[in-house]
Amino acid sequence: MRDPRWLPWARWAGLGLLGLFTLTPLYVMLTSAIKPLQDVQGDFHWIPTRITLRPFADMWRTVPLARYFANSLIVASVAALVSVLIAIFAAYAISRFRFPGRRIFSVTVLSTQMFPGILFLLPLFMIYVNLGTALGVELYASRTGLIITYLTFSLPFSIWMLAGYFDSIPTALDEAAQVDGSGPIGALLRVVLPAATPGIVAVAIYAFMTAWGEVLFASVMTDESSRTLAVGLQGYATENDVYWNQIMAASLVVSVPVVAGFLLLQRYLVQGLTAGAVK
Amino acid sequence: MRLRRAALPYLLILPAVLLELLVHLVPMLIGIGMSFLKLTQFFLRNWSAAPFAGLDNYAVAVDFDSAVGRSLLHSFLVTVVFTVLTVGLSWLFGICGAVLMQGSFRGRAVLRALFLVPYALPVYAGVITWSFLLQRDSGLVNHVLVDQLHLFGERPFWLIGSNSFWSLIVVCVWRSWPFAFLVLMAGLQNIPGDLYEAAAIDGAGWGRRLRAVTLPMLRPVNQVLVLVLFLWTFNDFNTPYVLFGKSAPQDADLISIHIYQSSFVTWNFGSGSAMSVLLLLFLLVVTAVYLVATSRRRSDA
Repeated sequence: MRDPRWLPWARWAGLGLLGLFTLTPLYVMLTSAIKPLQDVQGDFHWIPTRITLRPFADMWRTVPLARYFANSLIVASVAALVSVLIAIFAAYAISRFRFPGRRIFSVTVLSTQMFPGILFLLPLFMIYVNLGTALGVELYASRTGLIITYLTFSLPFSIWMLAGYFDSIPTALDEAAQVDGSGPIGALLRVVLPAATPGIVAVAIYAFMTAWGEVLFASVMTDESSRTLAVGLQGYATENDVYWNQIMAASLVVSVPVVAGFLLLQRYLVQGLTAGAVK
Repeated sequence: MRLRRAALPYLLILPAVLLELLVHLVPMLIGIGMSFLKLTQFFLRNWSAAPFAGLDNYAVAVDFDSAVGRSLLHSFLVTVVFTVLTVGLSWLFGICGAVLMQGSFRGRAVLRALFLVPYALPVYAGVITWSFLLQRDSGLVNHVLVDQLHLFGERPFWLIGSNSFWSLIVVCVWRSWPFAFLVLMAGLQNIPGDLYEAAAIDGAGWGRRLRAVTLPMLRPVNQVLVLVLFLWTFNDFNTPYVLFGKSAPQDADLISIHIYQSSFVTWNFGSGSAMSVLLLLFLLVVTAVYLVATSRRRSDA
């Protein structure tokens, strides 16, 4: 089977155009973050003439970026952790047990992810506000409320992916563990979890990314003290000046951890995607 | 002991069920309930006191002679055109990228990783960068189009007026094509190599192999991919919200933004909920029709 002679040319032309489209904004983000303010306010220049690291220092002072950063970090980490724990149990139930309601559960959980966020936003806002007044639980404008909201966002896909992972682990392994005297939970902890570690890490990264990037609920459900990066980054635009170099520097800093995590684990994410899709 | 065993799977799914109930299902039911109430700002803290409105909220939303109904219809139509173009382009870019990535060549792994970056980037970081690119006076887009290529005499505005619609499509395609690319590449890897060998022995060239083997074999992947892209794009709130700020231009007034603004500007949650329920009904009907149509075609083939 031979590829036609024009294929390498078509490949470089096609991939080159896609690359140009994909990478230009990233190039601008990188180069504008090291320009002084005057150089991002006037005409655009491809090559930075004066290079400075000032934006990376100034960005913490223009807006309380450290606080937004801490809020995002707490919300996303706790949401990811709890979501993965809950997903492990649910996925284990779906993968290893046949029980009435199993199908309804998986279909319902998956379909909630398809519904428009705007549909839940107003009622959830009302629920949180009223629960707060009725019970004295601060859910509205608190990190706890955001954590609860976000962990359900990643839950459906996490359960789906992990169930696919667990399916690929031979049941003979957990049966052997059960013969040795462990119950089903012991088999989950001692056999299934160690074998599924890459999948679990991939799901945790996915859950973290989901919470780290969410904008809609963050814009309504937070106040100044619980504000996350998703809303906070818009604070660099004041009435007189837009600190584009600081915005780009801040965008860069908040992106690096998630992009690195994603690229390191994309192989497992893809495996999970296809495992789920083949089922 | 047997009872405990039977109860175990339910115990395992219990936390997930409770959370889904709290954050998704109960709010959805409450939302449907709210859409029948005259729920204005006076009843926000005590909304059980809001008077029953029957179908009034719905009647206003679909009365296309009223200002509310007309702007909702306009927003709906904008969203439909926007979604068709965005999903189509994202899929096209994704399939081109995935097919051209087949085989092995130098730099493949690096390129693949770079292509995925827009998808991995937090939405707001990527979209804020685009809003800088699209600035009229200091942005890259006008620098290239006006200063370097001289395509326009006057610097166009990209974030207000009718151009904002096209800006929104470009940004959304930039964000979502890597996902199509990722899924399609995974799909391509699952096509057995002997199918291509067999086609090649039958004398099929590259283009014929693409049409006779690759695309038909990708149909199940495409069925899910297009549906997911459709739902994400149609419901997209984040991109326009970050790109345009609090006030989206008329020409890029996507339905989620429209409902959000009409709810929180007027604090009329009853009418906002009615619009959300209409949106949900529309999505359910489209999804059902789509699944029936694509599944039948699949079993015919």
